[in-house]
Amino acid sequence: MILGRLLRSRPRRWVAVASVVAIAIGALVAVQVATAPVAVQPDNLTVSVPGGPGESETIALDASLYVPTVTPAPAVIVAHGFGGSKKSVVDDAERLVAAGFVVLTYSARGFGNSTGRIALDSLDYEVADARALVDWLAKQPEVAQDGPNDPRVGVTGGSYGGALSLMLAGTDPRVDAVAAVETWNNLEQALFPNNIGRVTVGSNPPSPSAAGVAPTPAFVPAAADGVFKQAWTAALMSSILAAGPGAGTANENDASPGGPADNPPGNSSGRDGPNGSGISPVADACGRLMPQLCAAYLQVAESGRISSAMTALLTRSSPAQVVSKITAPTLLLQGEQDTLFGLDQADANAREIAAAGTPVAVGWYPGGHSGGGLDGQSQDRITDWFRYYLAGHGSKPSRSFQYAVAGPVSQRGTPRVRTLELPDYPGLDRTTTPEHSIGLRGPAQTIVNPPGGQPAAITSLPGVGSLASGALGGLTAMPGQTALFVSKILAAPIVVTGSATLRLNVARIPTPSPDPHADHSAVLFLSLVAANPASTNDVAGDTTGSDSSSGGGLTTGGASPAGQSGLGGIAAMLGSGPAGGAVAPIRIPDLPADGTPVTVTVHLPAVAFQVAAGKALGVRVATTDQGFPASTFPAAYRVSLSGAGSGGAFTGAAGGIGATTGNVLVPEAGGVRINNDESPVGWAIALGAILLLGFAALVLVGRSRNEPRRRSRATGADSVIPSDAEPPPPLVVTGLKKVYPGGVTAVDDVSFTVRRGEVLGLLGPNGAGKTTTLRMVMGLISSSAGDIRLFGEPVSPGTPVLARVGSFVEGSGFLPHLSGKANLDLYWRGTGRPASDSYMAEALAIAGLGDAIKRKVRTYSQGMRQRLAIAQAMLGLPDLLILDEPTNGLDPPQIHAMREVLRRYAATGRTVVVSSHLLSEVEQTCSDVVIVSEGRTIAAGTVGEMVSHSSDLLVSTSEPDAARHALARLTGLGEIEAAPGGIAVDRGTVSVTVLMRALIDGDVPVTAIAPRNRLEEVFLDLIAAGSMRSKDGRAEEGHAEGGQPPHNSAANGTAVRTSP
Amino acid sequence: MSPIHHDHSADAVLAAMAHLPRADPHAPTVPFRADRTLPIRVEMARQMKRRRTQIALGFMVALPLILAGAFALGSDNAGPSTSSFIDMAQSSAANFAIVVLFFSSSFLLTVVVSLFFGDTVASEASWSSLKYLLAMPVPRLRLLRQKLVVAAILSLAAIATLVVVSVLVGLAAYGPGPLSTPTGDTFGGGAVWWRVALVVVAMISQLAWVAGLAFLMTVATDIPLGAVGTAVLLSIVSQILDQITALGALRNWLPTHFSFAWSGAMVDPVNWFDITRGAFQSIAYAAVFITAAFLVFRRKDITS
Repeated sequence: MILGRLLRSRPRRWVAVASVVAIAIGALVAVQVATAPVAVQPDNLTVSVPGGPGESETIALDASLYVPTVTPAPAVIVAHGFGGSKKSVVDDAERLVAAGFVVLTYSARGFGNSTGRIALDSLDYEVADARALVDWLAKQPEVAQDGPNDPRVGVTGGSYGGALSLMLAGTDPRVDAVAAVETWNNLEQALFPNNIGRVTVGSNPPSPSAAGVAPTPAFVPAAADGVFKQAWTAALMSSILAAGPGAGTANENDASPGGPADNPPGNSSGRDGPNGSGISPVADACGRLMPQLCAAYLQVAESGRISSAMTALLTRSSPAQVVSKITAPTLLLQGEQDTLFGLDQADANAREIAAAGTPVAVGWYPGGHSGGGLDGQSQDRITDWFRYYLAGHGSKPSRSFQYAVAGPVSQRGTPRVRTLELPDYPGLDRTTTPEHSIGLRGPAQTIVNPPGGQPAAITSLPGVGSLASGALGGLTAMPGQTALFVSKILAAPIVVTGSATLRLNVARIPTPSPDPHADHSAVLFLSLVAANPASTNDVAGDTTGSDSSSGGGLTTGGASPAGQSGLGGIAAMLGSGPAGGAVAPIRIPDLPADGTPVTVTVHLPAVAFQVAAGKALGVRVATTDQGFPASTFPAAYRVSLSGAGSGGAFTGAAGGIGATTGNVLVPEAGGVRINNDESPVGWAIALGAILLLGFAALVLVGRSRNEPRRRSRATGADSVIPSDAEPPPPLVVTGLKKVYPGGVTAVDDVSFTVRRGEVLGLLGPNGAGKTTTLRMVMGLISSSAGDIRLFGEPVSPGTPVLARVGSFVEGSGFLPHLSGKANLDLYWRGTGRPASDSYMAEALAIAGLGDAIKRKVRTYSQGMRQRLAIAQAMLGLPDLLILDEPTNGLDPPQIHAMREVLRRYAATGRTVVVSSHLLSEVEQTCSDVVIVSEGRTIAAGTVGEMVSHSSDLLVSTSEPDAARHALARLTGLGEIEAAPGGIAVDRGTVSVTVLMRALIDGDVPVTAIAPRNRLEEVFLDLIAAGSMRSKDGRAEEGHAEGGQPPHNSAANGTAVRTSP
Repeated sequence: MSPIHHDHSADAVLAAMAHLPRADPHAPTVPFRADRTLPIRVEMARQMKRRRTQIALGFMVALPLILAGAFALGSDNAGPSTSSFIDMAQSSAANFAIVVLFFSSSFLLTVVVSLFFGDTVASEASWSSLKYLLAMPVPRLRLLRQKLVVAAILSLAAIATLVVVSVLVGLAAYGPGPLSTPTGDTFGGGAVWWRVALVVVAMISQLAWVAGLAFLMTVATDIPLGAVGTAVLLSIVSQILDQITALGALRNWLPTHFSFAWSGAMVDPVNWFDITRGAFQSIAYAAVFITAAFLVFRRKDITS
């Protein structure tokens, strides 16, 4: 492997690793920098516009112009949301300027640093301002022009800005493209909804075909005395109240991450708005709102009912007035989590624009005023819309209808949102969207409007989002105030796209003493829920009044095409929030006080909502909702389904015990699931490449012999060595050194040669470096310096010549879960050599384990393992047998046998190296000895040489004093000391002959002169000398003091050799 | 003189020694070939006889049975949680297999794969048998390669066992049938099996990185549990980091980020992007770790 060769040396390897890391970090940084948008600094400017009807002064609009690198370019006006300013839309502006557009942002009158008062996107004020800005753009040289005073311009914005966009396009034909996000069509209808359809008084049930007169909620006559969306309105008002006049600085903190939007306080999505701190108290209750709007608002806020003055004002603020005049291609994006401006508002806009023949595209994204900003795909869609219709670049944007459906919650805790697509927007009109009839059932239920209207169900909080889950989830339905009708458990999921419709019978329960001032109208709140199957007890106890019977044993009316399984016992979990967080308020104008039931058709909120298989579709009817003003008069209503099969079941106010059934008409647009993900092709190619590389590497590594070819050839079967040449010695170690990382020197300077047929003892105290040396010989650890040659081959990790070496180093190594026999078998099979070469029988005999060979190794004693390991080392009869402390743990007979084995093994022409710290061991086993101490060889030779060259003599005599006297005349003699049976003499430089003559001359009765030392003395002398030498650093002197052992200094690396 | 001379075991040893052939110093006839050392079947035999291998594979057989038993014992009353695959486990054999895989993927299979890859070299080191393998000599890179291949085979065998047993148990308990998902997609006929197969492949690809990490650790340490534990631990850390939204796009590069990409095989159309990118990322990490393992092991001092 080239890489491996390249990386062989340690420093180079670290350099390479460091380079790879550096490159990786660099690439990451580069990616980060490349993807970070380059901020374009806008030109801040002020545009003066006329004040409008009733306003004397001109208005100074605080604007910013973003200019792209290439001009002239088409312009886009980006309008901000309610409570925001031009700073709210910086992100949108930067995205569009990056796409090559001139972008104009401005603070609408009454917001930010612009002067004037807020007229709620009035056709007379704000829309006129926007037209003045188009005039201004017509004069800018950076802006591409269609003609004199006709710039190429698009307009976009969310909510307040979205309505402005539509109204500008509807009143100014110079606008060339529009993209409006989460905005309204009819502001009165949005703020005063009433989702009631046809009302029939009396017990005369209408025929099923007559269900509903209006195709969508948006077609419900707006004047039908809607229910005031109080919480939202108050939240929006407070956003301008807190800001106060001229308090533009309060808005400078942040910009919308998700797109233009309105900015109620406490908005969780981080859109801008007043932070509420350090704002001076405002004198005016309406802040910078126009006085006439303020007056109308105060009246509404007090009464909770719309006034004619308010209706007139809101009409001037509704795109409904002008959208039919729009000629510019229009993109409408509406949020599915939007309790302020629902999907029906976009639907009305789309329908009216399309009616005039203008191209219009609609999309629903998983967000909205109650739940998150525009997703990236929708933002890209806006950019692409302008790119095509303004700049003429790109392909024609699809007018397909895309909507997101939140599926079950994934492992990560986020809903699995999938996007479905239809070629065209079907609309909420039931003539264009297929509807399914799903049977509902439930007993007639009594629900109570509590005195004072509290506590009220909390289904949605402005700026917080729907409460389908979370801590407040349990409050979405209040016990006793809520009736529930559910379908059977769905066998297959359904996706509701639009406004479901059903008919209800509602009757007032007569009160004994009616309050004469009581309101005769009844307000109810309906919502669509996904209900969980649960026990019937839960139904009776929690969701219905005490007078309700259980829902068990009901029969259903009408089969659903979605398919339903027939399980009984269904209830809704109270914590399950309504679809889209939305409730549909209905106001029944005159509910007879005598208990006469009224049949009403109700349009549930338009939603994109999935009810999973295994759940049931439910419709919840409540008397209270926190988002709307409460009726303070206590009242109780009896609510039941009014359906095809229920006419007989429902018997009036008093007799409503038992099941009622009815059908809810559920629109299901369907569609094809689309994958908006990036193309996987690039990753697939990368994946294929890496797999290919990995596979190739795996094959190559398997073939690699880990060594240059030159070395591997020498010992293989194909190796050719001239038979007349003297074969190289089995082991030559020269100047070996090992320094472990961290600076510990285990072996300093070891040199010795092992010749064929020797049993060589490597002798040294514990820690002398014997084992480390042997590990280096076996290629297990690398040497820091020096050279090791096995049969003439240099040693490196895994070098093939090791096949001629059998080893036992520092303990046995067996697989404990296998028997001794299996271990040896697998070991031999692991070498890849033929079974006939193994000499397994001999090895087993040497191990001498008997039947224990079939037991698992983990049951062996240390001695048994030891013998097995030596047998393993002998498998295949290696030419060199290396045994490290082979007799440890053996008993004396086994030790004796082992010595004999080793001698006989060497006698077959093979070589044995034995390390030991036991002198007797080496002395009795070995022919040769190498003494190692503190990492150095300090002596080498035959055992006989070592002993005979010892300088200490034991003189056996009966007259030691005479002997001392006789020897005292000799010069060069060392110490003389007493010894048992005579004296011990260090003869020093004196020869034995001279010494003997001196004794004879002195007439000393000598019985014997013998070398006193055995190897032990030699060994200890050498160790002492060696350590002294290493301390002094003077090797030669050390030798002299050591008493001339029969060796050449290990320091010069050559040992005395004596032929065996 | 010595009593040892009367020891019969020593006699037997020496008798065995008597017939040893003499060595011929001029013709070393060791028919050794490095590329034949440690054959796959030998290493496989060494691993298969280990208790932990057998337990791991046995658990792959037991888990589907345990789950099927649990489903059979449990009541039909689903909890208030959202509808998910778990609720649909009993609808068909394919659904059951997917649920078993779902339960296994995030932790169990991670542990099993970590065990097979993280234990393989470190356990040899802890038994001291590694040095004898290397002294055979098995070339170091070849040793790692054989270990890697065997660990991969064992891991794949474990997953295959799990899938096959799950399907068989599912067929016996719930019968064949279409694969249905909570989002309402239903796949019948042949689509069932290629989608299950795609799920398995995606899941395997997501385990590659942890296998590579465990393999690097097994080379770096002599403690088998240390290697396995480190791999599992880092997998959990990655899963935790993936929950921290503040990390933003950096999370896309976490090795576990696409660990549920297999669910993209069960939608229509198949979410190839997540599956492909996830597979690339996981395998790229694995390649880095395994390369590092080879580089480390190539020059490592074997002191065990």
